[in-house]
Amino acid sequence: MEDIRNILKDKILVLDGAMGTMIQQYKFTEEDYRGEKFKDFHVSVKGNNDMLSITQPEAIKSIHGKYLEAGADIIETNTFSSTTIAMADYEMEEFVYELNFESAKIAKEVAQEYTAKNPDKPRFVAGSIGPTNRTASMSPDVNDPGFRAVTFEDLRIAYKQQAEALIDGGVDLLLVETVFDTLNAKAALFAIEEIKDERDIDIPIMLSGTITDASGRTLSGQTAEAFLISVSHIPLLTVGFNCALGANQLTPHLEVLAQKSDLRISAHPNAGLPNAFGEYDETPEMMAGQIKEYLEKSLINIIGGCCGTTPDHIKAIAELAEGYQPRLVK
Amino acid sequence: MNTEKKYLKLSGLEPLIITPESNFINVGERTNVAGSRKFLRLIKEEKFDEALAIARHQVEGGAQIIDINMDDGLLEGKEAMVRFMNLIAAEPDIARVPIMIDSSKWEIIEAGLQVAQGKCVVNSISLKEGEMQFIEQARKIKMYGAAVIVMAFDEFGQADTYERRIEIAKRSYDVLVNKVGFPSEDIIFDLNIFPVATGMDEHKRNAIDFIEATRWVRENLPNASVSGGVSNVSFSFRGNNAVREAMHSVFLYYAIKAGMNIGIVNPAMLEVYDDIPKDLLEHVEDVILDRREDATERLLDFAESVVSTSKERKVDLSWREKPLQERITHSLVKGLDEFIVEDVEAARLEAVKPIEVIEGNLMIGMNVVGDLFGSGKMFLPQVVKSARVMKKAVAYLLPFIELDKGGASQSNGKILLATVKGDVHDIGKNIVGVVLGCNNYDIVDLGVMVAPEKIIQAAKDKNVDAIGLSGLITPSLDEMVYLAKEMERQNFEVPLLIGGATTSKAHTAVKIDPQYKNAVVHVHDASRAVTVVGDLLNKRTNQKYVGDIKADYVKVREGFANRSSKKEYVSLVNARKNKFNIDWNTTTIKKPNFEGIQVFEDFDLTKLVDYIDWTPFFRTWELAGKYPAILSDEVVGESATNLFNDAKLMLAKVLNENLLTAKAVFGIFPANSVNDDDVEIYAHTDRTKVNVQFVTLRQQLKKKAGIPNIALADFVAPKETGIEDYMGAFCVSTGFGTAELAAEFERDHDDYNSIMIKAIADRLAEAFAEYLHEKVRKEYWGYATDEGLSNEELIKENYKGIRPAPGYPACPDHTEKWTIWDLLSVKETIGVELTDSLAMWPAASVSGYYFGNEKAKYFGVGKITEEQLKSVADRKNIDLEVMRKWLNPNLAE
Repeated sequence: MEDIRNILKDKILVLDGAMGTMIQQYKFTEEDYRGEKFKDFHVSVKGNNDMLSITQPEAIKSIHGKYLEAGADIIETNTFSSTTIAMADYEMEEFVYELNFESAKIAKEVAQEYTAKNPDKPRFVAGSIGPTNRTASMSPDVNDPGFRAVTFEDLRIAYKQQAEALIDGGVDLLLVETVFDTLNAKAALFAIEEIKDERDIDIPIMLSGTITDASGRTLSGQTAEAFLISVSHIPLLTVGFNCALGANQLTPHLEVLAQKSDLRISAHPNAGLPNAFGEYDETPEMMAGQIKEYLEKSLINIIGGCCGTTPDHIKAIAELAEGYQPRLVK
Repeated sequence: MNTEKKYLKLSGLEPLIITPESNFINVGERTNVAGSRKFLRLIKEEKFDEALAIARHQVEGGAQIIDINMDDGLLEGKEAMVRFMNLIAAEPDIARVPIMIDSSKWEIIEAGLQVAQGKCVVNSISLKEGEMQFIEQARKIKMYGAAVIVMAFDEFGQADTYERRIEIAKRSYDVLVNKVGFPSEDIIFDLNIFPVATGMDEHKRNAIDFIEATRWVRENLPNASVSGGVSNVSFSFRGNNAVREAMHSVFLYYAIKAGMNIGIVNPAMLEVYDDIPKDLLEHVEDVILDRREDATERLLDFAESVVSTSKERKVDLSWREKPLQERITHSLVKGLDEFIVEDVEAARLEAVKPIEVIEGNLMIGMNVVGDLFGSGKMFLPQVVKSARVMKKAVAYLLPFIELDKGGASQSNGKILLATVKGDVHDIGKNIVGVVLGCNNYDIVDLGVMVAPEKIIQAAKDKNVDAIGLSGLITPSLDEMVYLAKEMERQNFEVPLLIGGATTSKAHTAVKIDPQYKNAVVHVHDASRAVTVVGDLLNKRTNQKYVGDIKADYVKVREGFANRSSKKEYVSLVNARKNKFNIDWNTTTIKKPNFEGIQVFEDFDLTKLVDYIDWTPFFRTWELAGKYPAILSDEVVGESATNLFNDAKLMLAKVLNENLLTAKAVFGIFPANSVNDDDVEIYAHTDRTKVNVQFVTLRQQLKKKAGIPNIALADFVAPKETGIEDYMGAFCVSTGFGTAELAAEFERDHDDYNSIMIKAIADRLAEAFAEYLHEKVRKEYWGYATDEGLSNEELIKENYKGIRPAPGYPACPDHTEKWTIWDLLSVKETIGVELTDSLAMWPAASVSGYYFGNEKAKYFGVGKITEEQLKSVADRKNIDLEVMRKWLNPNLAE
């Protein structure tokens, strides 16, 4: 398969959309989540979307297929929370390797299927690495600001397990995403560098931060440029932002990245901001209309969707992106 | 090379990008426990809110980076660093700037890197411990995503010249960029800012060399930055802020012009360059830029006028207002003897019995000294000064106590100290005596060259509680073993303490401990003596303590047995086959300009001052660090500077009053090696008659392919080549007069100066050996006429040819001194004698050989086998068992 770095020279690549939004449509019950393997598991597991790669693999494959059908060049594994730290909520730490390995495997199967159908449009699998549910540079206890619920070392070990299993399962690249605390991301990047060193491989890394509100800062308080500098020690395929904001609100922060960095840039915004019921109601056309601004300003190399986006959104975005040149990098 | 210009980019919550247009980046230094007493106290007392306020104050005051340092003996540095950085992360008005993680300990640096989301600066790493560790640490730093300060420091020490600075900077840069792939823009050099105007010639160029090296780095090492701690430069003018502030501004003015772009500067200690009065500016610039020979003297003179006009400076005597006990404690802690008799007399008048002054007032003060010393806040030279005050006070009280006859003082115990038979070195032993004396032990000091019978007898007569043996030369080790055997045979029970430069835990455990069933303890340095003796004499717990040590030594013995069995030795024949090869057809052999023997009977000591290597002098006083950097060391700098000032005073006194006499004898002779390992010295140029024969030892440890088994004889052309070669020998001494002076000081209860004079005599002897060697190389033998080496290069032995000394690693056989004494008539010409153990008397003497070949180098013989021992005994015509005694420490097990 052709190296993604070469393809990115000529073309904007499309990342898939939300996994969670699609899973919701299946309305899985506790029994569906448990499947055969976990039918006697000792805690309730409904809502643990990542385990569906093991218990409902056909559903996950089908979602991947829909995004590929819509025109996505890169699909993300269903592993956003598959670290020992995030899985602790469901007491499923011991299954972390299997969760990542199986998710990678099924995503890769579907992607290969589509590549075979149209070899001119190779499809890639990005191993999704979420931020976990703990922060290394903030205290969860307002009365004890010096306290930390997780350390760099805890995170490094957990991320290393996840990344190794994803690579073993066959992912083509790794996507460290929804970075709300740069220190968590640095631990993930440290772990990946260790793996690259130990295995002597050069797997591309996408890094995507999250600007949480109009202040223009990450949850841990950094400006977009400070975030960029803090992760500049690692060779990245792309740097970008995702989640929290809709495409419109993300524009100024992408412009900072474009000005201050020589790197390729990615974005996968939400389908607008959630409404009063927590639902995203921007239509594919509305979202594509906003993304057009990115393309006209040549801000982007990889574009996709986050919360609330569906195959229809991705289809609209993919068709739009077809007509534009990617951001040029040295 | 990539010529694209890249900028150093750092981040806290906000970015900091350092471009050529940026102003000088000022690093806040107040959150540094080594630099701020207040910050140290706050951290110790866990007053983190106030500590954070200091950090905030700095950022508000304009610091663009804050340096955090938690290196203090009493802090859990790692925990303190993590705790404080975590707290800073919760304070957006502080956390907006990048952090400089400052520690000499890697584990603290790494712990800091693990709690910083932004891109920090690590302060610092260097090539000090070698390239491997440097690369390893740089790799980690790169993975954590931080910039790094690289100190101009390598395996040979801290760079203190222009050449050394750029040499180390270049090497560090190449390793980082080429071997580690470290981004060049993330490298910051700290090129060592050292004090100027210290009065020492070698410090004259400290500032200008830094500035020129900065210019070189910025022109030749693309994208790298240069940083440094500015206040060091004015260290000699502590107390005169007007001059210091001017010096800082002038230094910065030129350093920034040369490209220094980051630095630690206290803004309160900075005069505006243009506001410096013209005359002061001129004097300061003369010093900083080394523009005049007499710049220092002129500034010193001028500085006095600056002080008197700006601030009235006087000795602070406010402590004299305090209560009596505090005054006595103050005198003891500060080592001031000016008021001690007056205060002790006042205390005596208040006391019921005069002895109470010793047991009460003085001991309270000495306990404070002991605590400070124990916690690393006082250093040996200061403690010895305290002891001097104590002795003076006790001497004053003694007549009153005798009159009173009320009761003897209750001491902690009686300790016998002696330098063993044949050994004359007593500096370390005297320091131990002083330190123990300070801690209320009675010391029975038998002096040097004490025969074992005398030690045994005195121990019985005086009923001592412990015996301490000291020695510096290797034969002393066997004396100690012998004494342990005698103590066992005569049913002694008191502990035996072993100390001195040649002793070691391994030797004590393997050779001495098994001879004596009671306690035997190796005391590594004087500062440990107090705790060791305290533990040994503590009736409640000493059984366990002794048991633990015995068990530990058993372990050392077992480890030693396992290790030594693994070493492989080759036969002497095979070792000779693998000798160090010099191609005698191509190597240059210079016929000496002078052949024969030359004597200096009263050499001018002033010529030796520039040749003194001060680093070992500080080691004698247990101050760790290299001269001159040690003078500005954060921990011991002040103590070292005071000691150094006292040393210079003593040196000046010695020179002005001709207190010591320097003598030397040396010779250069026709010579050839014979039978691989020996060197024949011929009586005449026709090389027919052999005058004496030197017997050298050959390495026998099995070497890797291509590595030779060396003997000193390899450096002299073999007789069968027919090539005429040469060799020399020498003995120098600056010790004549030392013993008398030391005794005089001791009569005055002044151990400090008694130790000082001996330490200085030792340094002068080494300097004399260095001086003479240079004369021989450049003039008498004359094979290196074009040599132009600085003192630092001399200390590093950068010259051609060597001067190994019998008793040292290249020639551990002390009996070779007999041959040198014979050849040069040392005793007859200059009066230096050899003791039973072949130590030289006076102690401040150095003797050795000269080898002139360009390939000659220092090496260690290591262990030899029984086979070589027999061969040596044979060749020297010495009884095998006698030879075994001399070479015992070098025999393979």
